Amino acid sequence: MYVAVKGGETAIARSWDLLAAARRGDPAQPELSLQQIRQQMRLAVARVMQEGSLYDEELAALALKQAAGDTVEAVFLLRAFRTTLPRFASSLPLDTAAMRVRRRVSGTFKDIPGGQILGPTADYTQRLLDFSLTETSPPPRCHQAEDGLPSPLPTVLEVLAAEGLIEAEQPLPGDPEPADLTRQPLMFPADRPTRLQNLARGDEGWLLGLAYSTQRGYAESHPFAGEIRMGEVSVLVCPEELGFDINIGEITLTECQMINQFAGSKTAPPQFTRGYGLSFGEAERKAMAMALVDRSLRATELGEAAHAPAQQQEFVLYHSDNVEASGFVQHLKLPHYVDFQAELSLIRTLRAQTATASPLATEENHD
Amino acid sequence: MDIMTRQHWLGLLANSPATRLAELLQPHLPAPTAISWLRHAQTGLVMLQGRSGGSGSRFNLGEISVSRASCQIGGLLGHGWVRGSDGTHAELIAQADALLQDPQHAPVLQQVLQTLQQELSARRAQRARETAASKVEFFTMVRGE
Repeated sequence: MYVAVKGGETAIARSWDLLAAARRGDPAQPELSLQQIRQQMRLAVARVMQEGSLYDEELAALALKQAAGDTVEAVFLLRAFRTTLPRFASSLPLDTAAMRVRRRVSGTFKDIPGGQILGPTADYTQRLLDFSLTETSPPPRCHQAEDGLPSPLPTVLEVLAAEGLIEAEQPLPGDPEPADLTRQPLMFPADRPTRLQNLARGDEGWLLGLAYSTQRGYAESHPFAGEIRMGEVSVLVCPEELGFDINIGEITLTECQMINQFAGSKTAPPQFTRGYGLSFGEAERKAMAMALVDRSLRATELGEAAHAPAQQQEFVLYHSDNVEASGFVQHLKLPHYVDFQAELSLIRTLRAQTATASPLATEENHD
Repeated sequence: MDIMTRQHWLGLLANSPATRLAELLQPHLPAPTAISWLRHAQTGLVMLQGRSGGSGSRFNLGEISVSRASCQIGGLLGHGWVRGSDGTHAELIAQADALLQDPQHAPVLQQVLQTLQQELSARRAQRARETAASKVEFFTMVRGE
């Protein structure tokens, strides 16, 4: 017989106190400010904004502080908060070609219009622990070139596109409004705009693993990093009360244009194909992984056999969301007392039946 | 001095730091009783759209927090929209927007806009020069014979 039980309120309240105390650590140490997190943990802030699907550095810093640095928990907090806010509008499409670039590199051409610009990258560091950072120190003064970069900086793929060597990226006729996963459930087959939204919100670790699998031979698409650019892009909206587009500020974005091996047909000559990644903040790894997975998910459209995990829409898109994944994995902590009682009684019955049905078999084993 | 259009000044005000805006606008703002707020600052979301490959079909990238406010000063309507959760920034923009449409206030506020524009341009130019300093200068290795 099962008797319904309640309880645990006091224990829960005390667990909150323990959590808050553990978050704070030693009270003799100064407490972290949101500005410190925003300024000095900017890449963690960017990841929480991207996977939390809400660009707000202040809120992301708060979420990180509250979650004691647990990125996935911070993403959850941000996602929950966004549901309390009204949606005012959609922006005009972000013009990444007009980005005020702070980093731009290409793995396909050495000489690109505007040049290879390294910007604030860890790529050329030795990855040796820098013990000078155990003490506080002022940042170095950054060198300034005589002239700034040309603005806008021409995009690398324009060169290939001008020759028709890479597939064109043009809106569909009528430039249709894209599906919105915050309002409509994910349905299959998912079109590319829906997939890109899912990947943009998707867990970086999940996408990184899948992207890596395509490079190791599961859905090889011979990728090249055509262009990676990071910098500031203006956000434009058209408020109803004004009736014209206005600039409401700028955000940092990282964009990756991946160039992949050919597709062609009886009627069209071979062309390079594309994979696309776009991410909030400085998030090169995420943008590159997204671009590789975007390309692998285009397998069917490009007439390739979709046999690898990274090519299978349902597998990739249903498991990319770390809020859903974390919730379902962690729900196993909740009471399953009745479920487990049923399993327990079943296994006892089965064992009892085995013991009575074949006593000889048991005895033989003793020989 | 170029006279800025409404579209231009709304963008400039949104791209200037709120503290700087408060500092420069404070002497010109009317008494609170002279302002009728049609919409006090309100924070919500705007869905950011990207395009596949930068120029293809639109897709929803994720949302951004945005604050907006609307006021009326002496019959003129001012609207403020700015990214982020800082409602006072949106209210400052709305007030400046109303005043900038008033021929009496416009000349002095256009001066404020010039200052803000110079500061924004200087910030961007400095960043562009710092960025340009990290441009790779390739050189060719010649094999010695």
